[in-house]
Amino acid sequence: MRYARPETATEAVGLLANEAGVTRVLAGGTDVLVQLRAGSVTPDLIVDIKRIAGLRAITPEAGGFRIGAAVSGAELGEHAALCALWPGVVEGCNLIGSTQVQGRATMAGNLCNGSPAADAVPGLVAAEATARIEGPTGPRECAVADIPTGPGKTAVQRDEIVTSIFLPARPARSGDAYLRFIPRTEMDIAVASAAVNLTLATDGTIAAARVVLGAVAPTVVLVTEAATALIGNRPDAATLATLQAACSAACNPIDDKRGTAEFRTQVAGVLAKRATLIAYARAGGSL
Amino acid sequence: MAFDTEPKRDFKVVGRRVARPDGIDKVTGRALYGADMSAPGMLMGAILRSPHAHAEIVSIDVTAAVALDGVKAVVTGADFADAMDAATADVRDNCLARGKVLYDGHAVAAVAAASGAIARAALDLIKVEYRVLPSVTDVDLAMRADAPVVQAGRAVEVVPVGLSENVTDHCEFGHGDPEAGFAAADLVIDRSFTTAATHQGYIEPHACLASMGPDGKADLWCTTQGQWAVRTACSAILGMRASQLRVTASEIGGGFGGKTTVFIEPVALALSRKAGRPVKIVMSRTEVFRATGPTVASSIDVKIGMTKEGRITAGTATLRYTGGAFPCGTVAMGAQAAFAAYDLAAVRTFGWNALTNRPKEAAYRAPGAPQAIYAVESVVDELCQKLALDPLEVRLLNAAREGTRSSYGPTFEAIGLEATLEAAKAHPHYAAPLAAGQGRGLSCGFWFNFGGNTSVSLTINTDGTVGITEGNPDIGGSRAAISQMAAEELGIPYEQVRTVIADTSSLGHNDVTDGSRVTFAVGLAVIKAARDAIAKMCARVARIWGIDPEAVEWVDGAARPTGPNAGTFPPMTLAEIAALSFKTGGPIAGHHESNADGAGVSFGVHLVDVEVDRETGATKVLRYTVFQDAGKAVQPDYVEGQMQGGAVQGIGWALNEEYIHDAEGHLLNPGFLDYRVPVASDLPPIEAVILEIPNPGHPYGVRGVGETPIVPPLAAIANAVSRAAGVRLTALPMSPPRVLKALTAQG
Ligand SMILES: Cc1cc2nc3c(=O)[nH]c(=O)nc-3n(C[C@H](O)[C@H](O)[C@H](O)COP(=O)(O)OP(=O)(O)OC[C@H]3O[C@@H](n4cnc5c(N)ncnc54)[C@H](O)[C@@H]3O)c2cc1C
Repeated sequence: MRYARPETATEAVGLLANEAGVTRVLAGGTDVLVQLRAGSVTPDLIVDIKRIAGLRAITPEAGGFRIGAAVSGAELGEHAALCALWPGVVEGCNLIGSTQVQGRATMAGNLCNGSPAADAVPGLVAAEATARIEGPTGPRECAVADIPTGPGKTAVQRDEIVTSIFLPARPARSGDAYLRFIPRTEMDIAVASAAVNLTLATDGTIAAARVVLGAVAPTVVLVTEAATALIGNRPDAATLATLQAACSAACNPIDDKRGTAEFRTQVAGVLAKRATLIAYARAGGSL
Repeated sequence: MAFDTEPKRDFKVVGRRVARPDGIDKVTGRALYGADMSAPGMLMGAILRSPHAHAEIVSIDVTAAVALDGVKAVVTGADFADAMDAATADVRDNCLARGKVLYDGHAVAAVAAASGAIARAALDLIKVEYRVLPSVTDVDLAMRADAPVVQAGRAVEVVPVGLSENVTDHCEFGHGDPEAGFAAADLVIDRSFTTAATHQGYIEPHACLASMGPDGKADLWCTTQGQWAVRTACSAILGMRASQLRVTASEIGGGFGGKTTVFIEPVALALSRKAGRPVKIVMSRTEVFRATGPTVASSIDVKIGMTKEGRITAGTATLRYTGGAFPCGTVAMGAQAAFAAYDLAAVRTFGWNALTNRPKEAAYRAPGAPQAIYAVESVVDELCQKLALDPLEVRLLNAAREGTRSSYGPTFEAIGLEATLEAAKAHPHYAAPLAAGQGRGLSCGFWFNFGGNTSVSLTINTDGTVGITEGNPDIGGSRAAISQMAAEELGIPYEQVRTVIADTSSLGHNDVTDGSRVTFAVGLAVIKAARDAIAKMCARVARIWGIDPEAVEWVDGAARPTGPNAGTFPPMTLAEIAALSFKTGGPIAGHHESNADGAGVSFGVHLVDVEVDRETGATKVLRYTVFQDAGKAVQPDYVEGQMQGGAVQGIGWALNEEYIHDAEGHLLNPGFLDYRVPVASDLPPIEAVILEIPNPGHPYGVRGVGETPIVPPLAAIANAVSRAAGVRLTALPMSPPRVLKALTAQG
């Protein structure tokens, strides 16, 4: 097993492209190290991306923020302007693991690990975030929504690395929120989750909405019917009931040791409803 | 010596919150745990485990593994001795399978190699041919005549026709006529319950280092609750004489009963014998879950009758436990403990144990009692609800007291149940208002407590300090408590006493640290050893003064003349006597060896408030108070720690912890991610209220406190959740999917 610590993205991509054996990109390592320890993967080459210039930076761009792929959850949580703009995205990232894990875990790593239960991903998809990906033919842009393709699978190729994630500017009267269900209060994996991103009209009705569910299907699910239920309305009881039903209907979960399909379906709708109320309040709405 | 024959005393050291002697070592990392031992030339061992829940081992081919560079020894079950008693043979066959593998994770072979990586690589080269057999993990299914037979020929003789050969243990307790009692009741409730197997969840995995020389003399260092028990088991399994094996217990990172037996120790010894080098084995967490002992899983029926005034007229319980793939007598303790808190005219309990394809049960704090008492206390609570009675008043009305004939036979001496219930009743928690969606639960708990074989040595050092050598690994603060009791008896400061834990060659036999016995039994022995030393010191002083030994008394750490003819001499302190000891007859030491009884049963009452999220089934524990009789709390911090720790383990058991198997018997959650012990943020502060009703069987009134606290939480939480949810929950754990399902079914 070889370990490399390139200083440019091009160099990193070159190393990956030239390795015939098993490779692993290493960001915070909070998934990679666990996989190594469990013996589920034995890479021939590990490429640590933390030394690549710019990958540890959070930079304002076009009213939004570009977040380097090696920025940790703790660094996101300490960035006041980012927290103010995208509180729901940051709260998703900050739910990952514990204080120790937060010092290392990255948003890009959470995305590239490909877990259907990843806590950072629903918020990013709800925010219409994009990822910048460096590959052998140079950089490309890709919607975060298009990256997960199945459990453990992503659209990031083996000779590519994500270099940054871009969170766009957002209109006034906007708010987002993320909630997950776990049997404990921390150190657990989402059994179901929901992210909601809203923009309100001046009259307090919802003008734009994105509702995204996690852990209830092979990838995150963007529930357009749920957004449709919200648009033009306030989150009153009837609207929330429609949203909840639309969310439950969009679930395609598995039965496993963490929860039954029935439970996940039921709880996803509940979380979407509760996240909607939080996002609505953050957008300045009042019922 | 009974308490009432002791002079009434004002304690000077006992009862103080002294500094813990192991504190600095533990926070600085200086303490040596099981995995911290190493020896020159040491090899690393690794164990091959069965991927099947039940299979015949057709053949094991180790040729390729032996041939791997760096491999020094490979062993299988054939490397262990043949002749031994049935219980030890079960332990042996659990350490390395013989003929059949009986559960997913059962050890099959082991390798010692120059490094852990080589040892693990060698495991992949061992070829085991299995003939997979049908398996069973559910206790009710295992008892049915058509169940796969886990081990043939182990059935207990009294098994009725129509039940499986898997039924290995049966017991019955009680008195009176339950049928007449039920007929006299205004309401009878009959319910069935299940509880999942849970693991002790100690933080330190099993670890050991074994070294055997060519002459057959061996040393073993390991993390254990009892080095003598390890020696007894290992010497039988290896076919050695006990004197040839010295076992040293490391500092221990939790055990809760799970380290009262052996798993890897005989394997490491067999590897060392074959390799001629020291061999270390450290289990991974996955191995701990797959192959060490969880507690029993259970299925229980309880029937209780009550008058509308709240008097229980009769109670019966049928308990079906499974202790995994080997016979297990734990059900007898459940059957005895089930109704222990009640004064009943008619009570009957029946216990059965069935073999299943699960890991061999190991003791877990008050083994067998939490499950049984959970079922009984749930039915008592439901009766209170239906009859609109206060659950605390009903417990008080029916409480066992001094003179009560217990449900399991003996008549109780002085016990603290009533006082504990009164304390709960008087506590602000019981009267605090509850909001909508919240519920309050209550449960009594009971444990027998044990005494047992104990040997202690106490030396008076020439500088006036005192050294105590005892033989019970300190799992809950016993070194502090033992030093305190010695200091109390000798009349010297606590800081002058140091207690160390000896290996098996340095002291007489000591039973395992279990049964809440150590502070009671070792405490008793150390008090007697101190008295022995005092008698010797008084004799020395008598010689110096030229008077009769009877004319010398021991007061406040010094010898004094007493009686009309003793004369007047200034008191001689322990330090002065110690300094002169070489001139007055040599070193001074006290000893005590005994098989202590009089441990004194222990009762506790737990009160808990919870909130249930009706849309997700999640339970939040809001407030928790533990009331328990400690007899005498020698070091109150540690007593509170036991009460809080037991409550926390019980909270985990009640809400989330469970062994989850698939249809083929594979364990699906062998790790702390999916085997959910509570994390700190899941818990409210747990208030501990200590009561002190002296145990007549101990000079200071001490009762063991370590086990009772895990007994009440299961029912206390189940009662709170059931009241909050408005539906009776009858299966543990009450995980969110289960609670949500019950809420949804209720509509
Ligand atoms: C104790 C503990 C608790 C956890 N709790 C949670 C939780 O609550 N919620 C949750 O969602 N996750 C949790 N995780 C999983 C993990 O912490 C997260 O998925 C984390 O975000 C991963 O980030 P990382 O930087 O550590 O990724 P790494 O482990 O470095 O990488 C993860 C994967 O992504 C790939 N990768 C990383 N960066 C890139 C990149 N820039 N380009 C291409 N591929 C890349 C790696 O090759 C690897 O396959 C937990 C892990 C632990 C150990």
